[in-house]
Amino acid sequence: MSLDTTLTTSVSPRRKFSNIVFRVLLYACLGIALGTLATLLVSVFSDGESRLSWDLFTNFPSSRPERAGFRSAIFGSLWVVGLTSLISMPMGIAAAIYLEEFARRDRWYNRLVELNIQNLAAVPSVVYGILGLAFIARGPLSFGFTVMTAALILTLVVLPTVIIATREALRAVPPSIRQGSLALAATRWQTIWRQVLPQAVPGIATGSILSVSRALGESAPLLLTGALTFITFTPTSTSSQYTVLPITIFNYTSQAKSGFLELAAAGIVVLLAILLLLNSAAIFIRYRFERNR
Amino acid sequence: MAMVAVDHASAPGPVVSLRPTGSARRRAIIERGVKAVLGLAAIGTVVTTIAIIVSLLGPTIEFFGDVSLSEFFTSDVWAPLFQPPQFGVRPIVQGTLMVTAIAILIAVPVGIGTAFYLSEYARPRVRRIVKPTLEVLAGIPTVVFGFFALNWVNPELVQRFWPFGEVGTFSALAAGLVMGIMIVPIVASLSEDAMRAVPDSLRNGAWALGSTKREVCTRVVFPAALSGIVAAIVLAVSRAIGETMIVLIASGSRPTTSLNPGEGMQTMASFIGFAGLGDQPTNSTGYRTIFAVGTLLFVFTFVLNMVSIRIVRRYREVYE
Repeated sequence: MSLDTTLTTSVSPRRKFSNIVFRVLLYACLGIALGTLATLLVSVFSDGESRLSWDLFTNFPSSRPERAGFRSAIFGSLWVVGLTSLISMPMGIAAAIYLEEFARRDRWYNRLVELNIQNLAAVPSVVYGILGLAFIARGPLSFGFTVMTAALILTLVVLPTVIIATREALRAVPPSIRQGSLALAATRWQTIWRQVLPQAVPGIATGSILSVSRALGESAPLLLTGALTFITFTPTSTSSQYTVLPITIFNYTSQAKSGFLELAAAGIVVLLAILLLLNSAAIFIRYRFERNR
Repeated sequence: MAMVAVDHASAPGPVVSLRPTGSARRRAIIERGVKAVLGLAAIGTVVTTIAIIVSLLGPTIEFFGDVSLSEFFTSDVWAPLFQPPQFGVRPIVQGTLMVTAIAILIAVPVGIGTAFYLSEYARPRVRRIVKPTLEVLAGIPTVVFGFFALNWVNPELVQRFWPFGEVGTFSALAAGLVMGIMIVPIVASLSEDAMRAVPDSLRNGAWALGSTKREVCTRVVFPAALSGIVAAIVLAVSRAIGETMIVLIASGSRPTTSLNPGEGMQTMASFIGFAGLGDQPTNSTGYRTIFAVGTLLFVFTFVLNMVSIRIVRRYREVYE
């Protein structure tokens, strides 16, 4: 009597059956998720391909779909997202360095800051829009409906992402590096600046690129701060009025006139293409520098 | 370079004070300065939260000066931008719960199932394809999902298969279904982290006692990872409640107390988006209504977030 037969015959057909059903259900779940993604991409691409041309980059919005394009939106997005990165990256990286390297975990105020960042990450982005409307566009700062306002609002939206990603990157640097540097009489800041940060750069870069992707796709907070106006010019300074790509796509999607649907889909293709490029860059950086380690 | 001050004069024998001098002193000042600057950046995040609360609170209090609390919470007509305005918040809260419920009904099974597959069944090669695909799903902007809901899901799925009444251009069902898919990556990746944290020794013990793979999943891994999974679900609910664009595009802007998801409904977040489209003059009732609803939304998500953190802290399985 071999051990094999005893083991295989002890599993009842009912248990074997539920095993198979479970597996099938799991495949179904996977199929739903991946299948929906595929359907989305195919349907958007097929809707938009008739309008994919360089006209999208040269035409401004218009009430006639054949003549409308995304020029103001694309340049507006470049301005807004560029300014957002300029503000959010130094601030986010600085905050992360403080929390990870300098803050004593047992102090209540440091724990408050950490809890706070977790909460900020969970706030719906519309609420940041309300904050922007009250304090940045109007209220004390009164920047109006301009590029600067949009950038400040988006900074708030992506700041938790930058902080969390940078902290992960700093944490991944082995403590032995820090200890060796300190043992050789370097100060804390010298250690961070010369040893820890250079090693953490790939992780920080990845986090930054992801935050840029996020900022590029955000639309809800900017709805409240003037991005939906009918703009037929590209921004010339940070106090220009503006629009961004996702909002213009929203605008065209909401238009009932036929012809705008294909245009909106084409805009989506452009947006997804840019995001794909950014994310590929992030993955490339991650891959490149992880190999060198 | 002189690092320490040697004080000969005031006491017999060598006395060394460790106060830095010269370039070491400069360095110490830089160190303190750097720490202060970095700390300021960290404090900036606390300032942001305070700013959110303050910005919401002021106009909200003014709002409740004009509108009674009982009308806000008990009336069931929401028409704040009409004449005469009516401020019963229940329709949009109901709409929010309806769309969120549909989204969760999709996202939880699909997300947990995907997590099970990735953590217990998938070969490394499959993982390397599926995980980045989930990340792609997570990175798609919400406008795109809204477009998809309006132009594909509603005509091809909801209008065709919904048995309870006529379905127009907008439906809560289309928005809810697509929102569910949007939050699948949140549920899947957090649940998968929780499942992978379950030590293999537990699984091996179950194998050794003759369990099938499915029994290991449902009877060992799932209960052990439950706190992480519940936290993931709570986070997903919070995300769904705050989602604006998908609802605004695919579910329209008509508040209703109907329970039929084949109709379009307005949610709290989509109302804020909708009201923000029209330019509301500062301190008009419309302007203040945005803040009142915004406060309600913020409170909902804040409470959910705290609950999620609590659950993880209190019920996390400690292995060994």
